[in-house]
Amino acid sequence: MLVAERRMATIDYDLELKRAGANATGGWRRVLFLARRHVLGAAGLIIMTVFVFTAIFANVLARFDPLTVDAAHALARPSAAHWMGTDSFGRDVFSRIIHGARISLAVGLGSTALGGTIGVIVGLTSGYLSGWFDLVFQRVSDILQALPLLVLALVMTAALGPSLPNVIIAIAIPLIPTVARVIRANTLALREQPFVEAAKSIGMSEVRIAVRHVLPNTLAPLIVLATAQLGSTILTEASLSFLGLGIPEPYPSWGRMLSESAAEYVRTAPWLVIFPGIAISLAVFGTNLFGDALRDILDPRQRG
Amino acid sequence: MTEALLEVTDLKKHYPVRAGVLRRQVGTVHAVDGVSFALGIGETLGLVGESGCGKSTVARSVLRLVEPTSGQIRLRGEDITHLSKTELRPHRRSMQIVFQDPFASLNPRMTAGDIVGEPIAVHGLASGKALEARVAKLFEQVGLRPDQMRNFPHQFSGGQRQRICIARALALEPRLIVCDEPVSALDVSIQAQVINLLIDLQRQHGFSYLFIAHDLAVVAHISHRVAVMYLGRIVEIADKDELFRNPRHPYTQALLASVPIANPHAKKIAPLVDGDVPSPVNPPSGCAFHTRCRFAMERCKTERPALVDAGVGHQVACLLNEGTGRSQ
Amino acid sequence: MADMSDLVLDVKNLRTVFFTNSGLFKAVDDVSFTVRRGETLAIVGESGCGKSVTALSLLRLVPDPPGRIVGGSVTLEGTDLLTLDDAEMRAIRGNRISMIFQEPMTSLNPVMRIGHQIVEAVRLHRNMSAKEAHDLAIEMLRLVRIPEPARRAREYPHQLSGGMRQRAMIAMALACRPALLIADEPTTALDVTIQAQILALILDLQKELGTGLVLITHDLGVVAQTAQRVIVMYAGKKVEEASVEALFAAPKHPYTRGLMASIPAVPASDVAPQARLNEIPGTVPSLVRLPAGCAFAPRCKLAIKRCQEEYPPLADWGGGHLAACWRAAEVAEVA
Repeated sequence: MLVAERRMATIDYDLELKRAGANATGGWRRVLFLARRHVLGAAGLIIMTVFVFTAIFANVLARFDPLTVDAAHALARPSAAHWMGTDSFGRDVFSRIIHGARISLAVGLGSTALGGTIGVIVGLTSGYLSGWFDLVFQRVSDILQALPLLVLALVMTAALGPSLPNVIIAIAIPLIPTVARVIRANTLALREQPFVEAAKSIGMSEVRIAVRHVLPNTLAPLIVLATAQLGSTILTEASLSFLGLGIPEPYPSWGRMLSESAAEYVRTAPWLVIFPGIAISLAVFGTNLFGDALRDILDPRQRG
Repeated sequence: MTEALLEVTDLKKHYPVRAGVLRRQVGTVHAVDGVSFALGIGETLGLVGESGCGKSTVARSVLRLVEPTSGQIRLRGEDITHLSKTELRPHRRSMQIVFQDPFASLNPRMTAGDIVGEPIAVHGLASGKALEARVAKLFEQVGLRPDQMRNFPHQFSGGQRQRICIARALALEPRLIVCDEPVSALDVSIQAQVINLLIDLQRQHGFSYLFIAHDLAVVAHISHRVAVMYLGRIVEIADKDELFRNPRHPYTQALLASVPIANPHAKKIAPLVDGDVPSPVNPPSGCAFHTRCRFAMERCKTERPALVDAGVGHQVACLLNEGTGRSQ
Repeated sequence: MADMSDLVLDVKNLRTVFFTNSGLFKAVDDVSFTVRRGETLAIVGESGCGKSVTALSLLRLVPDPPGRIVGGSVTLEGTDLLTLDDAEMRAIRGNRISMIFQEPMTSLNPVMRIGHQIVEAVRLHRNMSAKEAHDLAIEMLRLVRIPEPARRAREYPHQLSGGMRQRAMIAMALACRPALLIADEPTTALDVTIQAQILALILDLQKELGTGLVLITHDLGVVAQTAQRVIVMYAGKKVEEASVEALFAAPKHPYTRGLMASIPAVPASDVAPQARLNEIPGTVPSLVRLPAGCAFAPRCKLAIKRCQEEYPPLADWGGGHLAACWRAAEVAEVA
């Protein structure tokens, strides 16, 4: 009895309720509550916000023109003028990294949006129609997924030629089956739901059912997947550029900044390798952290 | 009997059972195995039976949500069994369904008003302000406030959600509403509200119900006539009073005896049948009930009894006393 | 009538709450009851009334977080279970107190043979050789009238029908001969003919073994046919307690009366076709913002001003018939 009383007496109702998030309703309070519960996710969100902000305001933030060659200051060490030093052409590394964020973001968002859209259409059709279309889709996606993402993108850019739109397309294509599979699985489950049957019973067309009843209910997993994929698209772009098949000169891409300097200057001017490396890692790390937290919050299977 | 709204003749629905890597057919589920009945205008036919007896498949076949293997479904005299999707569309307006699970049968991403208004919009019957006014009227009819139209399904209780489902079914002013276990997911005190609502609406609009349930009491309460199903077949069908006063099929008797009565002085539960319902994959030969029947005879294992009239519109499929189902 | 040694379970002022993001749920609020040897106590109420949480609280299986037992005592055979540490509690669970659930499929391990699951449950609590435990498992399966128990013991849960699975669950729950069995809606997922078989089985076994039984159900028919005593719960509180005969003869609480009036009866031959049922208006209240007074008042035809302001005490209306209602004396006359 004594033990029980002691155990019960120590309950602080307000504290327990606060922990459960009872007063975290509405707008900012809810965001703050979630941020406290998912600290890493919040960190990811901050990194992503900085990343996006940098990309948007690159012109204002950059202290030098990223393309201006200044042979007098080539390979300068980090200093008050050049915070991250200069490269072999005397271009300011800090400014190039800031502008590089733009490229990374454009490629990341562009390819995710393109691959996501096509993936949704294919997945929805495949899951909803089933039959031969579904069979063909499944086999094609098996083949696509058997090839490494990077190799596929390499072949694509090699064939299409390196340019920003081509890089986006090359990265988007391997994304299609990944997205389509998730959407297809969700569609198959939703198709059996009584509310879809109810829609059929009022004589609704299949296309309208797919768009009005099935698609909106797949949005949560889609957002989670898109966030998770954003990181890997940024990484793929960096890898492609590193291999010389990404964004062409003279635009600053983090991947190519690495490849230009890695072999030659890693000993003599390590800042040329370190800073682009940190930029890539941070961007990918940030999106992944945020994606994980988003999955925890949005995915009903993870929720109690 | 009154004029028939719906006539179902020898309805069958068989599903293949596939197994193994090659997806070879290893058997057939006889979900519905020759069901015939008629439903009059303004009438309620209750369809009772235990899980797996095929009652829900009958419901879905009638609405053509499931394609029947064979048989005929006539709605107001017209054969709708083989109509194509477009040909079927005008008929969809006259038959609607209310499902069991009021949580899964509403799209969580749509407002209650949009859900109820959707059938009207799909059939192009009204739009804009006129649509809104009609939906508001439907909300009032089922006992919801029109200002709740903007709410999402998760903001409603189970009983209220079932009201939304009923309003959606009413939207097209159907002649037939199929109710597939509409109250079995609801709390007892809410069940009564929904049953009363269904009865009131029928009195106002004069439509017919095909009412499917496993709860004999609920079926007894709402139906004019009751059909009892066992393993894909109707074993007994009669007027409600007649069926409950004078059950003739041993299965109906067992079913009635199994219902716990809310009176401690009434006879204690007497399980009149042993064992489980056999699988519909390979249903027993002859009378499918012979494996559990107290009165089973040698003949029951081989001869399949037909549904025969035993007077006053009471039909029973049993070999006892040459089709009357009486044990003595 | 029965002396204290007959008392298997004594629950006093049990309070269990849930801390959720929409506030404090008082799922079980000051609930007391007792169960004697061989007695069946039914706990009846609608979803969210706290009947299942009460059952979980007895076993100390309330998920924490968000749930927590915050008060009262649960005395099983003289020991207050709420004072035990986790290891001591584990030794009691499945041994002196067992539980069977609504859905037998989810409570059995799908990749383990039925017999082996019983053997494992037994050997947790009894110092028995594998052979002895196996014999006991088969004996238990025979006891719950599973045909060919030796063969069934070698099967997996999915090979059994719903009724057979529930029988296997009962066999497992009773294998250690517990003093108390808690059955949470044991037949709700089953067909009516199977329900009759299972209920008859539970009652027979209870008589045979002298187990105390707490039967949780929403079905008043099941209550009438199985229990000796009943408690009715509404919004986390016990609103009425009586012997089965007294409760069905003259319910004192308007909620109980409303429930009884709202269930359709079988056979309905004495009722005109499609007579309206007596419904209880409104919906079950949310447990977060309960009114200060009686939680049933907003749905109650008899409610007066006092009902909204003050929670009525549980009063004895004769012969141990308890009801928490200001107007209990008038319930019989009005409805």
